Amino acid sequence: MKKATFLPYLIWMIMFIVIPLILVLFYAFTVSTPEGYKLSLDNFKRFFEPVYLKVILRSLGLALVSTLICLVLGYPVAMIMAGNTFSRRDVLMLLFVVPMWMNFLLRTYAWLAILERNGILNIALSWLKLPSVNILYTNAAVVLGMVYNFLPFMVLPIYSVLRKIDKGVIEAAHDLGANPVGVFTKVILPLSVPGIVSGVTMVFMPALTTFIISRLLGGGQFTLIGNLIEQQFLVVGDWGFGSAISVIMIVFILLSMGIMSFFEDADKEKTLW
Amino acid sequence: MYVYNWGDYIDESILKDFEEEYGIRVVYDTYATNEDMYVKIKSGGSTYDVIFPSDYMLTRMREEGMLEKLDLEKIPNSKYIDPRFLGADYDPNNEYSLPYMWGTLGILYNTNLVDDPVDSWDILWNPKYAKQILMLDSQRDSIGVALLKLGYSINTLNPDELVAAGEILKEQKPLVLAYVVDEGKDKMVSGEAALAVVWSGDAAYAIEENPDLAYTFPRTGTNLWFDVVAIPKGAKNIDAAHKFIDFLNRPDIAFRNVDHIGYATPHLAAKDQLPKEITDDPDFYPTDEDLVNAEVFVNLGATLKEYDRIWTEVKAH
Repeated sequence: MKKATFLPYLIWMIMFIVIPLILVLFYAFTVSTPEGYKLSLDNFKRFFEPVYLKVILRSLGLALVSTLICLVLGYPVAMIMAGNTFSRRDVLMLLFVVPMWMNFLLRTYAWLAILERNGILNIALSWLKLPSVNILYTNAAVVLGMVYNFLPFMVLPIYSVLRKIDKGVIEAAHDLGANPVGVFTKVILPLSVPGIVSGVTMVFMPALTTFIISRLLGGGQFTLIGNLIEQQFLVVGDWGFGSAISVIMIVFILLSMGIMSFFEDADKEKTLW
Repeated sequence: MYVYNWGDYIDESILKDFEEEYGIRVVYDTYATNEDMYVKIKSGGSTYDVIFPSDYMLTRMREEGMLEKLDLEKIPNSKYIDPRFLGADYDPNNEYSLPYMWGTLGILYNTNLVDDPVDSWDILWNPKYAKQILMLDSQRDSIGVALLKLGYSINTLNPDELVAAGEILKEQKPLVLAYVVDEGKDKMVSGEAALAVVWSGDAAYAIEENPDLAYTFPRTGTNLWFDVVAIPKGAKNIDAAHKFIDFLNRPDIAFRNVDHIGYATPHLAAKDQLPKEITDDPDFYPTDEDLVNAEVFVNLGATLKEYDRIWTEVKAH
């Protein structure tokens, strides 16, 4: 019975996950010659040219910075929302979720109108007699776009873990003489690690692979790894190189998941993932 | 019948008129780039009857055997097409395509912000306009501009010339506000930048929205482009497709269409009905003399990888 219900999922996974993955691996490890496809590592060798390394370092850097900012901004919000005394929890939750009902592209376009030279931000600044800022088409704008779009993915998992912490544990810590800082660092923070792990994973991965945020808010000046892959498939038609970069991306993501699950095991807790 | 066209590239009421006159239902889809269209047709997941590729993409699809031959006897209205635009290199005998719209690559500028004469690509390297220049986020077009500035061909296969073009694009990068495609014309309309590299059709749209803008292309050399109409292999309604292409070339329809979208038409009867001030403007309807140095893109084959590497270097610089 159990096996029978699993079958459709198995077929689905083979068709849409396993077979495409095999195709990606095939293209990545072969080069097409007049005599047919030949096993080769050329596609990977090409990736280690300095120009492509620069692209991946920049992608990693921007993704890390965005993830860190999301964590620093998101954790306190999750704590406030999870707090027993907070009565507007549903409203706040709604405020976080409602923007996600709107199309992601549309929300990113909106930032263009806010940040541009004669945009909303600079009009507001000039009203306040403050100097105008030009951050559109800079790294800062790309990070802003990522933090804005991915922040809910950090807040929600942390919130759901914090909610589940037994209040008795916190009371016990207080009763045993811990000050608020001690309660946080010794009790709440360690217990919330699974939430942090899910949040970091859920922000880091899309931030690493995004290509539309960097194109719109970065003005196409900062090629990220997502742009590079898109370019290979759509413009150049070099499926081999595009697949090789994709494989390298998969390796990066597996590595980061490995590091994450190391933390998770140490804590022996279940996360959302 | 399934029609696959660029976004905003037809007067959609024409589709309805065609349905009424011929009793053929039209399903209309749009794409944003040649490459999107190519990938969709190539993968074979969809069968369209009429498509609108650009010149170099037509060559690629023709060479890969992805197109049906046109039967010009079934398209009598093709006689209205300016012979000047027939038999071009991308389809020497017009066996597979008929021109739909055409134009140039040039510079759209804001007359309030630019006081130097705009007559060469050099102005895009002028530090006076730092952070006020929009380039195209399209490797062939942007590398093409650099090649033209250096006096080389936009279809060069010479690696040294390509490296030189890459170098001057890196030099130019600090002056560039952004590399854009579709957003470029809107940025120019709202006065966010002084100079932008655009296709002439987009320029016509932008000038209509903001009369401070003007368009020209350097006579020293530019890219002359064509968007054509063709029938992909695997089309199920080839007869209807011919009727549709003929309908598009009927003088009244061709005029309505070009009047709506504002690009330059190769259709003589339609052109004659347009206001003189448009068709006499050598920036939008250049004569052969204006186009002496203009080149049409050719399909580069494997050298395209070299363009891609140079472009990635510029973008990662």
